[in-house]
Amino acid sequence: MTAGVLERPTLPKVLGDGPPPGLPPSFSDDGDGSHGLFGDTARLGLLAFMGTVSMLFIGFTSAYIVRRASADWRPLRAPGLLWANTALLLASSATLETARRRLRSSDLRGAQVFVAATGLLGLLFVAGQVGAWRILGSQGVFLASNPHSSFFYMLTGIHAIHLLGGLIWFTAVAVRMRQMAYAPGTDALGLVALFWHFLSALWVYLLYLLFVM
Amino acid sequence: MAHEAHAETGHAEAHAHAAPQAFIWRYIFSKDHKVIAVQYYLTAMFMAVIAGLLAMTIRLQLAWPEKTWPQLGKVLSSGFSDGVMNPEFYAMLFTMHGTIMVFFVLSTAPVSGFGNLLIPLQAGARDMAFPFLNGLSFWTFLPGCVVILASFFVGSGAAAAGWTSYPPLSALQSAIPGSQMGQTLWIIGMVFFIASFTMGGLNFLTTILNLRTKGLSLMRMPLTLWSMFLVAILGLLAFPALTAASLMLLFDRHFGTSFFVPAGVVLSGAPQAHAGGSPLLWQHLFWFLGHPEVYILMLPALGFTSDIIAAFCRKPIFGYKAMAGAMCAIAFLSFVVWGHHMFVSGMSPYLGMAFAVGTILIAVPSAVKVFNWLATLWRSRIIYKTPMLWAMGVVSLFISGGLSGVFLGQGALDIHLHDTYFVVAHFHLIMAGAALFGVFGATTFWFPKMFGRLMNDSLGKIHFWFTFLAYYSTFFPMHYIGFAGHSRRLYDPYQYAFLKDLQPINQLITISAFVLGASQILFFINFFWSAFKGPKASDNPWDANGLEWSTPSPPPHGNWPGDIPAVYRWPYDYSVPGAPKDHVMQHDPSPIGDAAGH
Repeated sequence: MTAGVLERPTLPKVLGDGPPPGLPPSFSDDGDGSHGLFGDTARLGLLAFMGTVSMLFIGFTSAYIVRRASADWRPLRAPGLLWANTALLLASSATLETARRRLRSSDLRGAQVFVAATGLLGLLFVAGQVGAWRILGSQGVFLASNPHSSFFYMLTGIHAIHLLGGLIWFTAVAVRMRQMAYAPGTDALGLVALFWHFLSALWVYLLYLLFVM
Repeated sequence: MAHEAHAETGHAEAHAHAAPQAFIWRYIFSKDHKVIAVQYYLTAMFMAVIAGLLAMTIRLQLAWPEKTWPQLGKVLSSGFSDGVMNPEFYAMLFTMHGTIMVFFVLSTAPVSGFGNLLIPLQAGARDMAFPFLNGLSFWTFLPGCVVILASFFVGSGAAAAGWTSYPPLSALQSAIPGSQMGQTLWIIGMVFFIASFTMGGLNFLTTILNLRTKGLSLMRMPLTLWSMFLVAILGLLAFPALTAASLMLLFDRHFGTSFFVPAGVVLSGAPQAHAGGSPLLWQHLFWFLGHPEVYILMLPALGFTSDIIAAFCRKPIFGYKAMAGAMCAIAFLSFVVWGHHMFVSGMSPYLGMAFAVGTILIAVPSAVKVFNWLATLWRSRIIYKTPMLWAMGVVSLFISGGLSGVFLGQGALDIHLHDTYFVVAHFHLIMAGAALFGVFGATTFWFPKMFGRLMNDSLGKIHFWFTFLAYYSTFFPMHYIGFAGHSRRLYDPYQYAFLKDLQPINQLITISAFVLGASQILFFINFFWSAFKGPKASDNPWDANGLEWSTPSPPPHGNWPGDIPAVYRWPYDYSVPGAPKDHVMQHDPSPIGDAAGH
């Protein structure tokens, strides 16, 4: 519980700063928290945000299913690079969890190594996605070429934008970790990890939707 | 016991944190929910004036399409030629009237305005869960307003495909003048609006779930708080469908994709390159948002009405649990009835029947609400103050607008009535009317918490009666012309012989609409005069029970000067037998009424 309170100022810009750091915690956390059906407030806000992002992709999914039934649908072959990208993103989720573990056992040095690895893998994933777009482009497959390619570029693009947002947040937490802004034993990476894993799972889902289903 | 424990937690220092002193941080880029609420409210009021004037111009055309208006033509030079309104301009008028009213006025004022004002005050929190996000929400909303209004000033004019923006009209830039830059600005404005509403919804949900004060269980929440809770869920789950659809529409318009445009569209002899898209897909996505959106407008009004009626009947709201349950049922059903907007789209009759059954089911929780309000009013000594008049107005409009919904919900009848003025009458009474009257009721009731003053009651009553009568005489006759076959969105109805006889009724409607519009001047005078010069309000001028009445009017930064009070009862302990006063406030620990455990 204390971890959550200490962690609150690390929310990303999209989710706000929580209460300004200078304020006593009671300013926004009145009551005894016993009504908090979902525990920590920042975490609840993040869960709600993930809910609304999920609905966005459910909306796209229903459009995809409807559009796929039309006569002009030409299935696209997935560039092989996408599978490598998927491995990179899943590996970044794994390194992030390892970093959290190191942090929990107060191995700050080890944690920072894995944090750096996570950031690097995330960047490589985005670069890989750009690479996949370029491969398709070199084959003459663009956004407007056919409905499948339209969905491919649009969905991967919107996912990449969310991932870049996650990376900015992640960088902010990593910088604060270097500045020793968190008390020892704090699960400083807890919230950003939740969002990061969500984006990893979302990517696996999109890959399934676009090329397996 | 619990109260002592609460006092010990040492919250007294919280209010010692002073509000920012510089004007810009205090009133412009504020993070205080009360300031943000007023910012939203005033912006919505400004947008309402614009959208109202658009409606007046629409009515002018429908009453006297054969006349010329040289003076108006000078002011709106791009929309008139030689004093005669252009058909393209007429389409822009009703499109922008609908868009601005639904999203930028009637979603904004009750939800973003009063939601922001009341959620922390009624829940017993010092502010919203994420104050920075709250400020950012307003500063995302405002650019949305600017973008939407800017579309009137681009050369090709504002969007003109209706507030529903059905493709292919909205998707092909060369379709009509309004399909050009205006439609693009419409999409961008909507994306700003949705982003802002999402930030608001995240705050509403987390604040209500997590920041309630000690003792305020869900089943002790005022019904206004219940409505805001449900509105937050509806907004977070329904709006993404429109985000997805808007993005795809943007791609169709500017990047050559074909999500919504079918093959074979020819415009002015030019075949369009798009193929294979489905216009129906847009309709499904739009109405998946569009129908819950109707309840985003209405639920707050239902909440305000319940709280106001209890306070001015001096009686507990009848059937509190049923009232909260009915709102939950309405919110749930709103997600599964979007197809009733599409009965004439060629939908399978079996699917249509499922949507019809779901739609008519909404009548059940709606009737529960009406009967419970009537039971609360029954044999009470009603205090006829302005807020109470508005609340009773909501009940009246909810009944008269709701009944026509049962007609329209049936596919067989809807095929005849679809897109006629019967539908226009229906949604103006129930959705627009109930939401508007709810906002007026909330404004007069909670004005002390906005500005620390009271509005003038006599002027308020005059404003109510003018508005009430003009509202009905504007929208009730529309049922009749709708039955007679008058479609909505007709530039000149009288080019059809069978509609020629309806012109006098349209003229009556137009004159009523002008009276309705003009009587709002009374409200603006009352609002701005009272905000600066009205009599100072006490903490609890209506002797009501909610937590918002336990703090000074207006509440200070941090909402309570001392500790946040704990809650011991529901907010409807009026006329409790054996109580020293005729109302027991929520933070009163006396073991009577609800706190005695019944």
